[in-house]
Amino acid sequence: MAKDGQGSGGAATSLDSERAETLLGYYRQMALIRAFELRAGEMYARARIGGYCHLNLGEEAAVVGLVDALLPHDYLFTTYRDHGFALARGVSPNAVMAELFGKATGCSGGWGGSMHLFDAGVRFMGGYGIVGGQIPLATGAGLAIAYRSEPGPEAEAVMCVLGDGATNIGAFHESLNLASVWDLPVVYVVVNNGLGMGTTVQAASAEPELYKRACAYRVEGVRVDGDDPVAVHDAAASALGAARSERRPSIVEAVCLRLRGHSVVDPARYRTSEEVDLARKSDPLPALRSRLAEAGLLDDAGASRIEAEVEAEVDKAVAFAEESPFPDTSELFANAYATEVPNMARGLPGEPVAHEPEEVR
Amino acid sequence: MAELTYRQALHDSLRAEMLADESVFLIGEEIGLFEGSYKITAGLLAEFGPRRVRDTPISEEGFVGAAIGAAMLGLRPVVEIMTINFSLLAIDQIVNHAAKARAMFGGQVSVPLVIRTPGGGGQQLGASHSQNIEVWYAHSPGLKVVTPATPADAKGLLAAAIHDDDPVMFVENLGLYNTKGEVPEGPYKTEIGRAAVIKEGTDITVVAYSRAVLTALEVARRLEEEDGISAEVVDLRSLRPLDRETVCASVRKTTRAVVAEDDWLSYGVGAEVVATVQEGAFDYLDAPVRRVAAAEVPLPYSKPLETAAMPSAADLGRAIRRALDESAYRR
Repeated sequence: MAKDGQGSGGAATSLDSERAETLLGYYRQMALIRAFELRAGEMYARARIGGYCHLNLGEEAAVVGLVDALLPHDYLFTTYRDHGFALARGVSPNAVMAELFGKATGCSGGWGGSMHLFDAGVRFMGGYGIVGGQIPLATGAGLAIAYRSEPGPEAEAVMCVLGDGATNIGAFHESLNLASVWDLPVVYVVVNNGLGMGTTVQAASAEPELYKRACAYRVEGVRVDGDDPVAVHDAAASALGAARSERRPSIVEAVCLRLRGHSVVDPARYRTSEEVDLARKSDPLPALRSRLAEAGLLDDAGASRIEAEVEAEVDKAVAFAEESPFPDTSELFANAYATEVPNMARGLPGEPVAHEPEEVR
Repeated sequence: MAELTYRQALHDSLRAEMLADESVFLIGEEIGLFEGSYKITAGLLAEFGPRRVRDTPISEEGFVGAAIGAAMLGLRPVVEIMTINFSLLAIDQIVNHAAKARAMFGGQVSVPLVIRTPGGGGQQLGASHSQNIEVWYAHSPGLKVVTPATPADAKGLLAAAIHDDDPVMFVENLGLYNTKGEVPEGPYKTEIGRAAVIKEGTDITVVAYSRAVLTALEVARRLEEEDGISAEVVDLRSLRPLDRETVCASVRKTTRAVVAEDDWLSYGVGAEVVATVQEGAFDYLDAPVRRVAAAEVPLPYSKPLETAAMPSAADLGRAIRRALDESAYRR
């Protein structure tokens, strides 16, 4: 995957002093996501985590830059590769790890698992297990914002994260079209890691420069280096600005590389050793560490301290998840419906659905 | 009480709910300028403007999903899908998202959404436009599915659906829009999840929903006049939740039952009803419970073929007589 910038962004942004604090913050968040995801993979191997488990390894810079562009009252919808987004948005590592463990203290109460993290409190509107399923929903969140409030520099907006593979489904096209004809404040972010499971973008997409899809909907489309958190942040912030003030949707394509397979159980044999080497070389975490070191902002001792801190945070999250209770099975039917009506189906397997009266002959 | 068409009752209920609650808005294809393919929304764009009555492109997955997303943020969208056949283009959003969001996210979000859509055959619209696939939705926990048969229930169930905080599939029927009935004036809600005994009887229970209820009533009245057969008619009204007890109580009284349904036989609504009856009224049954459902073929265009495939009053009458004949019924 070529990462030469087209549209805007691309070249590594210069490091000015006022951004030093921000960059150190990014580094810490990226290190936390890295440590968390490596541990999640480990916990999966130890059967503490079930189902599917997709990690943000290699995408940390994109994740952190994107989420930093949001205001607290913005809404974030994302994919099933959602752990990093939840952490960056402020969901506690404890609540995310507990969710992966299926515990009652998880951010979705143990109902969602890895692919369905949710936290209404920080307007983290979900990871979604169906590829692209979140795209129409995020569009509708934009519709709700447009329905009940006026545009302005501080207005609410929506960020809808999707993968490269999702740009080929009908819901993507329909949603972009609706958002444009209805002027909705939604920024569609394509995290393009070059692979939809094992299928390359080149094989899957007639126009592999995905940001160019924007012209079909008469919206702005930009491509940024997804390994540069500042470039990602700036592109997303600019797109969100247009969404807030002008109610114009747009596409931001952040190009990065997956460090590992599609999910924790995927050995990624479809990748050549050259491709794996390239992914390692473009790993955003050491790249940012070098950049900070060159700028004199982070020495080895500082980096080690951050590493130790985030490891301790992840240790704590695992301990919390281990100690937390599973949801009580008496709560099985508690969440399916919001409004109680007569005759709700609440039988367990094998229980009768209808009873004859006692006095039956 | 006023005598209204099913169409007018739906229109009046929509209008009343829009007047009562600013968060209620309508969204769908051709509902505004065109005033709706079946004119349910006639006049509403002129009265409420394009913010409250939103025309959409032909984009079912997109606008149904957008309505779900808006509902997740607390609005109360009422979607019109032109016919239930087109709902299949949006079924991922309905079944994988609207139905599941609340449970899947641990109860943190609700989807107070109504999807209004008509089904039904008999209009010579051919196979792709003549389906009764409400059971696809009734199969899915997380959804509520209602099928009003009368103008009074059309009004009351629509009000209940709009006030409900869960996604409700509100399934209308093309063959019902011009039917008339008494409709109470003023606001009221018909409880979702309750069947209604709309004609009392003692010899046999006919369980039906949607348009088939009218067939069942017609047949029951004729059998009573012609042969003194007393058939009880149960209108399910709600497919999910299903009011099993009202069905079973009726069958315990009459000891016989037939299901009248416009959907296909295998795996249809009737299959669920029969399973319920054999469990809840096993010892009371005097005859096998039979189903009068659509022939299992994509509905043809040509009138004689279409008519042959759809369940008729005569088919239901024969099924009722057969159940009586098989069980020592004495007239």
